[in-house]
Amino acid sequence: MRERADVVVIGAGPAGIAAACGAAPVRRVVMLDGAPGTGGQIWRHRTRATLGRTARRWLARLDRSGVEFRGGVSVTEVGRGRIGWTSRRGHGVIDAETIVLATGAREHYLPFPGWTLPGVMGVGGLQAFIKNGMSVSGLRIVLAGSGPLLLPVAAACVEAGAEVVCIVEQAPARQLVRFGAGLWRHPWKIVEAARYRLQSLNVPLYTGSWVQQVTSSAGQLVVERAASGDVERIRCDILAAGFGLVPNTELAQLAGCAVEDGRVRVNERQETSVPGILAAGETTGIAGADAALVEGRIAGSMAAGRAASEELPLARRAGQQQFAAALQRDFALRRELLSLASPETIICRCEDVRRSALDASWDARHAKLMTRAGMGPCQGRVCAPAMAALFGWDFPAVRLPALPASVAALCDHCATITHVEAGA
Amino acid sequence: MSRQPDLIIVGAGVVGAACAMYAAEAGLRVLVLERGRPAGGVTSAGMGHIVAMDDSPAQLALTSYSRGLLARLATELPPAVEYESCGTIWVAATPDEVAAARAKCALYHEHGVGAELLDAASLRSAEPHLRQGLAGGLLVPDDAVLYQPAFTRWLLDRAQQAGATLQSGVTVRVLSRYGVQTSAGPIASGATLIATGTDTCELLPGLPIIPRKGHLAVTARVPGMARHQLVELGYLQSAHAMTASSVAFNVQPRRTGQLLIGSSRELVGPDRSINHDILGQMLTRAVSFMPAIAGVDVLRVWTGLRPATPDGLPFIGRTAERDGVWVAAGHEGLGITTSLGTGAIAAALLTGADPPIDAAPFSPDRSAEPAGASHG
Amino acid sequence: MAEPIVILVDGVPYEAEPGQTVAAVLLSQRRWQFGCSPAGRPRGPLCGMGTCFECAVAIDGIPNVRACLEPVRNGMQVVTGA
Repeated sequence: MRERADVVVIGAGPAGIAAACGAAPVRRVVMLDGAPGTGGQIWRHRTRATLGRTARRWLARLDRSGVEFRGGVSVTEVGRGRIGWTSRRGHGVIDAETIVLATGAREHYLPFPGWTLPGVMGVGGLQAFIKNGMSVSGLRIVLAGSGPLLLPVAAACVEAGAEVVCIVEQAPARQLVRFGAGLWRHPWKIVEAARYRLQSLNVPLYTGSWVQQVTSSAGQLVVERAASGDVERIRCDILAAGFGLVPNTELAQLAGCAVEDGRVRVNERQETSVPGILAAGETTGIAGADAALVEGRIAGSMAAGRAASEELPLARRAGQQQFAAALQRDFALRRELLSLASPETIICRCEDVRRSALDASWDARHAKLMTRAGMGPCQGRVCAPAMAALFGWDFPAVRLPALPASVAALCDHCATITHVEAGA
Repeated sequence: MSRQPDLIIVGAGVVGAACAMYAAEAGLRVLVLERGRPAGGVTSAGMGHIVAMDDSPAQLALTSYSRGLLARLATELPPAVEYESCGTIWVAATPDEVAAARAKCALYHEHGVGAELLDAASLRSAEPHLRQGLAGGLLVPDDAVLYQPAFTRWLLDRAQQAGATLQSGVTVRVLSRYGVQTSAGPIASGATLIATGTDTCELLPGLPIIPRKGHLAVTARVPGMARHQLVELGYLQSAHAMTASSVAFNVQPRRTGQLLIGSSRELVGPDRSINHDILGQMLTRAVSFMPAIAGVDVLRVWTGLRPATPDGLPFIGRTAERDGVWVAAGHEGLGITTSLGTGAIAAALLTGADPPIDAAPFSPDRSAEPAGASHG
Repeated sequence: MAEPIVILVDGVPYEAEPGQTVAAVLLSQRRWQFGCSPAGRPRGPLCGMGTCFECAVAIDGIPNVRACLEPVRNGMQVVTGA
């Protein structure tokens, strides 16, 4: 199937929604997302009543905008002026004048012994499951890792009837205080509210502490929590562990956009290095939903054909970049975390590659060739950031298709693209 | 390496690695210099099909000899090499192709290569996912499949056990009579062997080796969908045409349960970008032979460059171009198949021994003009 | 009132709510394992956002469907690799 749109926005989180709404009054906009509904990770919802005011306002604006939203869509490739997609219902190619990459971020995982056991999942993962209707009532949950997501997710678990046994934050307390003392009004407000709520419920928050191993016994998980030489064993049903966020730059890379330090490089107009392709939100650097909205609005103006320069809220943007820097500084990963993975610990989950198999490799590409690490269906999205942390390796770029696509879908994409390039 | 090497091998792809193993085991002090990472160039992009090929008597001699060497080493290969003696089925779509299969079968038998004609019914029972109505095929049971990066690593390990040294990240810039000039300084040696695939012309501009691009796709795990390496007999036309772009049905089952889908050939210089036109044709051809593959997920597509020569045979031996400089390159799509034979021939020539098979057809001095226009 | 949704997971019927994902339904039943790794080790969902493929199941005969992205539909047949 081949069709045309003026603007295609990839990703239905805050940046994508703002961009789509900005372009929609004057352009035909199609918005694609892998999830069935709009909202991305942060505004994921089953009913809007669960969302905050800003999210509800933007979603209402999106409803009125005339943007055509398509969920459950995997984008397999982005090139200059074209997008290949596949879904459970079909596949096709969209020719677009402007493409906005609002692909957001994913969670950063650090392997530790036992992290592949069923019942061990990401912090953002657990949050997503709860938002999608997972009942956690009566479950014993440990949340571990690092970053501003831990406390709000813990609070959401408590809200939903779970017993949060404890929260294990690897950053030391003084760094959390420093982060909190910054001027990050919106994001930190949520974290602070969660902290007060958890304190009032006597949920222990351990700082400067981490999970060094998890095992399974009699249908439960046994978490080993380490802190300054001591080890505490905790039984639970679910261990959620995550260590911050990694921008999703795969589609940008496939499209040939410059990616630096793991972020899509954009100018102040959200233009990437490839003409006709804009990027906005976490894919350009982790800075939170407010920054994503600002960037999305700029991208929307650009996609609408308005010079965005007059309305650039540059001062706010600088503030968001400061937030990003503080995030990196105050939640910096401690060295102990990098030695948790034992030689037997699986690093690449898709292909069952253990740390010991990787030790003899020079770089990620060599490791991939020799061990298959990163060759599974996720194409290294999970293990490449882990290997970057453990071994200092750059991520190898993903290959076409960015997400698995049937032979039939690829045949169709290729035929369509060939037809277009032949000038038809 | 404390003493000057007898032999510097430039390039740690599968061919350079095999040459290193045989030369070191023949008693030469070998130093392997690799610009990037072992198996990271031409080798990495290949399919890992070990196949007896009969385009010319010399090609059949080299491929079947090499295949035999590998079969004898098979029990020593570690599991990571994923050596699987699954055989090749040359699929005949039409009665004409059945006739071609019959001729191919006779030729293989003449040269002691096992082969067995399949009629339409036995083809179907051997490969139930092939489409209805195919005319038959030729089963070559001793052909095999392996994972060539791990195979290359194993060859290098063997070479190192025999005393060879490997240095990665060293670029050879200039060849001299006394050795090489490298990014890490000059290194003297008795002889230098160039095994740098498509990059060979950088050091030996007189050799006619040109890149011939191919596409490959790897699928999700679908165990049992194919049991043999499946290649259409029409592949031979594709492989022979030296000018036009072409595709052929070529599907390989991996030990992981994944399928590799090939193949394509293009002469477009060093450009490695994906050609949607060719990729689409290649996948469509795969679906036409194996309809069920349409629903299988592709995980990745990539391209590689085959080092092709005008007459389809590699260059193995001493160059006339430069004193003390040897070459083992230009294997096109057969470098993995013929790596061991190439290494054995090169080691014999370097040590003054008789080569195990006639090495004259591979001489770098030959004219290397195409054998004839008959292949079109 | 919406019609009740029932999905079959490895032949066992589970009630589901509109808007739930397949992964959310299985996890609500305390089914942490959705499949196995290539080497046969038990695995369950990790990322919840379609990235990791650890929640892949067969749905209505189509393999490798990410359960975390798939909304439930009445009568849906889910086959896990557990």
